[in-house]
Amino acid sequence: MPSNGSVSDAPITQFINCRILRDHKLQREDLWVREGRILDPEKLFFDELGYADERVDCEGSIIAPGFIDVQINGGYGIDFSRVSEDVSGGVSFVAKKILEHGVTSFCPTLVTSPAAIYHKVLPQVKVHNGGQHGAGVLGFHLEGPFISAEKKGAHPEQYLRTFRSGGVQDLTEVYGSLDNVAVVTLAPELANSQSVVRELSQRGITVSLGHSVANLSQAEEAVQHGASFITHLFNAMLPFHHRDPGIVGLLTSDQVPAGRTVYYGMIADGIHTNPAALRIAHRAHPSGLVLVTDAITAMGLPPGHHTLGQQVIEIQGLHAYVAGTKTLSGSIATMDMCVRHFKQASGCSVEEALEAASLHPAQLLGISHKKGKLDYGCDADLVLLDDAINVKATFISGEEVWRKEP
Amino acid sequence: MRGHMIRPDPVCSDKKLPALSTFCVFSFQESNTSSVQAVRCVLKLTMKLIILNDYDQASEWAAKYIRNKILLFRPGPSRYFTLGLPTGSTPLGCYKKLIEYYKNGEISFQYVKTFNMDEYVGLPRDHPESYHSFMWNNFFKHIDIKAENAHILDGNVADLQAECEAFEEKITAAGGIELFVGGIGPDGHIAFNEPGSSLVSRTRVKTLAKDTIMANARFFDGDLSKVPTMALTVGVGTVMDAKEVMILITGAHKAFALYKAIEEGVNHMWTVSAFQQHRQTVFVCDEDATLELRVKTVKYFKGMMHVHNKLVESLPQEPKKN
Repeated sequence: MPSNGSVSDAPITQFINCRILRDHKLQREDLWVREGRILDPEKLFFDELGYADERVDCEGSIIAPGFIDVQINGGYGIDFSRVSEDVSGGVSFVAKKILEHGVTSFCPTLVTSPAAIYHKVLPQVKVHNGGQHGAGVLGFHLEGPFISAEKKGAHPEQYLRTFRSGGVQDLTEVYGSLDNVAVVTLAPELANSQSVVRELSQRGITVSLGHSVANLSQAEEAVQHGASFITHLFNAMLPFHHRDPGIVGLLTSDQVPAGRTVYYGMIADGIHTNPAALRIAHRAHPSGLVLVTDAITAMGLPPGHHTLGQQVIEIQGLHAYVAGTKTLSGSIATMDMCVRHFKQASGCSVEEALEAASLHPAQLLGISHKKGKLDYGCDADLVLLDDAINVKATFISGEEVWRKEP
Repeated sequence: MRGHMIRPDPVCSDKKLPALSTFCVFSFQESNTSSVQAVRCVLKLTMKLIILNDYDQASEWAAKYIRNKILLFRPGPSRYFTLGLPTGSTPLGCYKKLIEYYKNGEISFQYVKTFNMDEYVGLPRDHPESYHSFMWNNFFKHIDIKAENAHILDGNVADLQAECEAFEEKITAAGGIELFVGGIGPDGHIAFNEPGSSLVSRTRVKTLAKDTIMANARFFDGDLSKVPTMALTVGVGTVMDAKEVMILITGAHKAFALYKAIEEGVNHMWTVSAFQQHRQTVFVCDEDATLELRVKTVKYFKGMMHVHNKLVESLPQEPKKN
């Protein structure tokens, strides 16, 4: 039965028999959706004399905001950094697949690459909403090339860069247009980085510190200039030292400007971070923890040799190494696996685990007014889960885009 | 004994099965003498004082009574059951039970019209302490009532007087209220009819008594300055017009008010006392609320419980029509 049309004639869906994550708690409430956004049923009742047109029985499932992955390099044989003629097609292919993991928005990530690749690839994939075709693209995450040679990890050394032209000019030279960029990872100890951090922050691009040998004061300075994220904490940075905690020290730094939070990416695949280290970080700064997959091409593929950027990697079980070495090359765990592992390793509540994959990344990117929450007016990007945090169905803008076969 | 002991109740029409004559039918199936007493009691239309052991039992009794009233009325698309409703902590248990009966499939509110007693003036409708929010969260959102049938005074309109008059007209247009459910304040008020309110008052704007504001402060973080000072309320006369009135009274802090309401005279300082002059009133209490009554009163009505409990027995299920 539709409303009296005083606000809208669009159909209304009511999700019943569910527990929704709202105000940091799982609550027994129905979830109402109209025109792709969460609807206030009380307003609907009193102002519009309206009701639901369709009821979806969730059979006791948990409804959480759709997961947001801010660091994913590819998957299912697709490598975002490897230029094919159809980058857009590759991103779309992965976007469709990750719906199965409850991911409704993501930042396709490019590792250190030559300038030509950035110039070719960046204009081809625009920021766009998700839907039946796949998860939404929030913008690229450019991990490199302005990173430290000492902490390059799996990145190809020959394409690393410094800010030799003074900073901002280097950005244009290497990346070209920044229109479709959401996050840039850089090493703040590089000369002239401060102006770059400021410029990117002012443009609304999240600056992340990573693949760096910065000490704590260099990291704090970058935060003061606008940096707000740490790329895969503990990995590709100096280890915590009690007289110079390095980038890790940002979790408890008192130099972070008032009202701002430093978020940190955590690859919770059970491999990249020892559970004890995960717990130390989580307990030190629980509200900043952002789960990321850092998934590589091989996610979703069988064991063997595969390509990442300009290099070859090797899969062994859940481990992915730079071929011929023991350097971790990236993760092949899916986002829902990361959420489950994080909950189990940290002992946190279901709500906290779910927020680390939804609310926190949304807050990081400054989009929490419409994503990452189930508040009235937010985009109805949802994931239906059972109590063990297995994905049962995924919705984008209120429409079902994936359902697990029974 | 059958048939000629029942005088036709002038209030009942052919179309409805009034609870009174149904009650009598139940009694006739017993053969003991207390049923004769009960019938006489009922025909004399005395007040019913229902005393249960505790809050939960009182809530359940009240909810079952309402449920049965609605079911016996047989509401439908052209005959709505009109229900007056209260807010506050007292009726919460009753609402929970009604929601349970709806979820069990025992009752539907599709053909029920509700009229709430009151609402604050000047409090935004979506404020968590508004009576709109209370009714939505504690009742409406859990049941199948239609939005256009749920009437609550709007305390944010420009012309409050017109709003009150319109509310009275809506009640009249709906055919009057079948059953008005209410509570009682510690000062004996019903709705916001504070001590001194006219016993023939209609729906109007009222300034709240200091006691009421202080009692409400607990819902506004204890900050007296945040509590609304005016409210729209149905009058004592408005509730008196209802065919039947049920007052819920639980807790020792209401005991003195109950005493004043039913053992002392009709007095505008204790406005609930007006219902001594209503044909059909039910007071549903827990033990604590009876603490200021005379032992004799309590014993008398406790002795009637086995008869009164018939009013809340489960009704035989009828095959559902579509």
